Amino acid sequence: MNWITNYVRPRINSIFSRREMPENLWHKCKECGTMLFHRELSDNLNVCTNCDHHMAITPRERFTALFDGGVFTDVAVPEPKADPLQFRDQKKYPDRMKAAQKATGEKEAMLVARGEIGRTPIIAAAQDFSFMGGSMGMYVGNAIIAAAQEAVRLKRPLILFSAAGGARMQEGILSLMQMPRTTVAVEMLKEAGLPYIVVLTHPTTGGVTASYAMLGDVHISEPNALICFAGPRVIEQTIREKLPEGFQRAEYLLDHGMLDRVTKRTEMRDELITITRMLMNQPPAVRGDLPAPEPEAEATKAPVEKAPAKK
Amino acid sequence: MTQYLDFEKPLAEIEGKAEELRALARANEEMDIADEAAALDAKAAVMLSDLYKDLTPWRKCQVARHPDRPHCKDYIQTLFSEYTPLAGDRNFADDHSVMGGLARFNDQPVMVIGHEKGSDTKSRIERNFGMARPEGYRKAIRLMDMAGRFGLPVITLVDTPGAYPGKGAEERGQSEAIARSTEMCLRIGVPLVSVIIGEGGSGGAVAFATANRVAMLEHSVYSVISPEGCASILWKDAEKMREAAEALRLTAQDLHKLGVADRIISEPHGGAHRDRTATIEGVGRAIGDMLKDLTGKDRDALIKDRRQKFLDLGNKGLAA
Repeated sequence: MNWITNYVRPRINSIFSRREMPENLWHKCKECGTMLFHRELSDNLNVCTNCDHHMAITPRERFTALFDGGVFTDVAVPEPKADPLQFRDQKKYPDRMKAAQKATGEKEAMLVARGEIGRTPIIAAAQDFSFMGGSMGMYVGNAIIAAAQEAVRLKRPLILFSAAGGARMQEGILSLMQMPRTTVAVEMLKEAGLPYIVVLTHPTTGGVTASYAMLGDVHISEPNALICFAGPRVIEQTIREKLPEGFQRAEYLLDHGMLDRVTKRTEMRDELITITRMLMNQPPAVRGDLPAPEPEAEATKAPVEKAPAKK
Repeated sequence: MTQYLDFEKPLAEIEGKAEELRALARANEEMDIADEAAALDAKAAVMLSDLYKDLTPWRKCQVARHPDRPHCKDYIQTLFSEYTPLAGDRNFADDHSVMGGLARFNDQPVMVIGHEKGSDTKSRIERNFGMARPEGYRKAIRLMDMAGRFGLPVITLVDTPGAYPGKGAEERGQSEAIARSTEMCLRIGVPLVSVIIGEGGSGGAVAFATANRVAMLEHSVYSVISPEGCASILWKDAEKMREAAEALRLTAQDLHKLGVADRIISEPHGGAHRDRTATIEGVGRAIGDMLKDLTGKDRDALIKDRRQKFLDLGNKGLAA
């Protein structure tokens, strides 16, 4: 211990770390170019305070904002066989997985949790687009089945936030088979008479749209989300013409009868509470930010950290 | 006239030579070419069986897409009697890329539904190359629902490059139509058997093939994405389709190992298109066997069997 370690080194470190700070403190909205202070942005659930552009939000951040007091418990998902096809393109699939895990700090592309919203017990599942494009492989299939089973076991509604480029090519046919598998999960909910609400977020495309994301009792989307089966580029190449403005965006789908509602992220929680309580035949909810509910007796709580906004 | 695939070129040369010799002999009666022609035929036969013995995944894709391969229409004509096509989705249109209706299979009334690609330019355009729009899936949903209510087994024949990526198809809810079709497959309380006769292209195939039993023809393929599509996304080069076909494990043999296909129906030497009758008969036998497997099961057992089949998928990996 001397003045170098106590005084000089911290000073040097602070000089270097200070240089990196501004990049994380301010975020530029891609739509309107406004510089947004990171705390302001995360308080507004990653929605631009100037133009209402909805930026990506991680499942954990979403759940923290969704559940009463930000408290939720992770629902365990059965681990599938890793790299079942020993798939390799320019990179090996396990290497792509590791990179995605490192970048997101999550194990896979879907998070399942139980908790309460407006004192209404629910199961929620959210897909993580930042994890390999949210792609649907065995794990995501298992997660949706686990979510449905947990909902049936506890007689709770399931609210699913979709976001994916489609099926995970690296799992080949097994990723395609998640279309029927997740449809079985939806069937379980319907048989048990439980509401299944899908919140389609940007982007929800391909096999995900053509299975569980389009089988909800209620379909709500965030504004301007891209929702489609075939992407705009594929269609333009096929029909060789420019697609109209706003094609395959949430508002367009609303006009074409594929969605019930388009709702801002900042108003989503209240709306979900209202709808689930009516479908579950419960009295109107008490409004406002509720404190955390009583801790669950049977399960341990997941660590809840207020993660800083990404990017 | 046989249409040769690119890897069959050496074979085309030999068969061409034999044909030339025969043409010469027909023009000139004194010429004796029997020995030479027979030698060429024998050489061609060896070459054919060598070529098809170990087809690479990409070559299998080519065979699966061969224009002379028997299509849905051919199977329905041969294997079913009293075929009565039923048209329309009752909402918007009749999709000609999906054919279906009531028919008898070995005298038993059934509902048969399949993708039809067409066999010449005119019919291919009319059939949209077997790429269904939402109306096609909605017609299938209607027919499956009807079959369920009247206790008729459903037989689906899958042969599609995929669902049609068009503007109208998207506007009218392509994804929703596919999702509902898969859902209907899982709901009906009657036996549902499916045969992949050519290309099982992604969601468009799943919508019909979520069945109690799935059979695949020996050189058919079933995949989450076309090798070309996969190559252009993961390799950033559509020309890498050979590598992509390899990696995707889309052959009947790999899918059988993974438990996606319950059985493989062997094809005649040199592929289905070289002996259409034998292929169609083989598919007929497989459909008969699969239906027999399911007789005696009641509504709930059939639904449970189908769900469990898909829930269990993925437990088997592929050995290195």
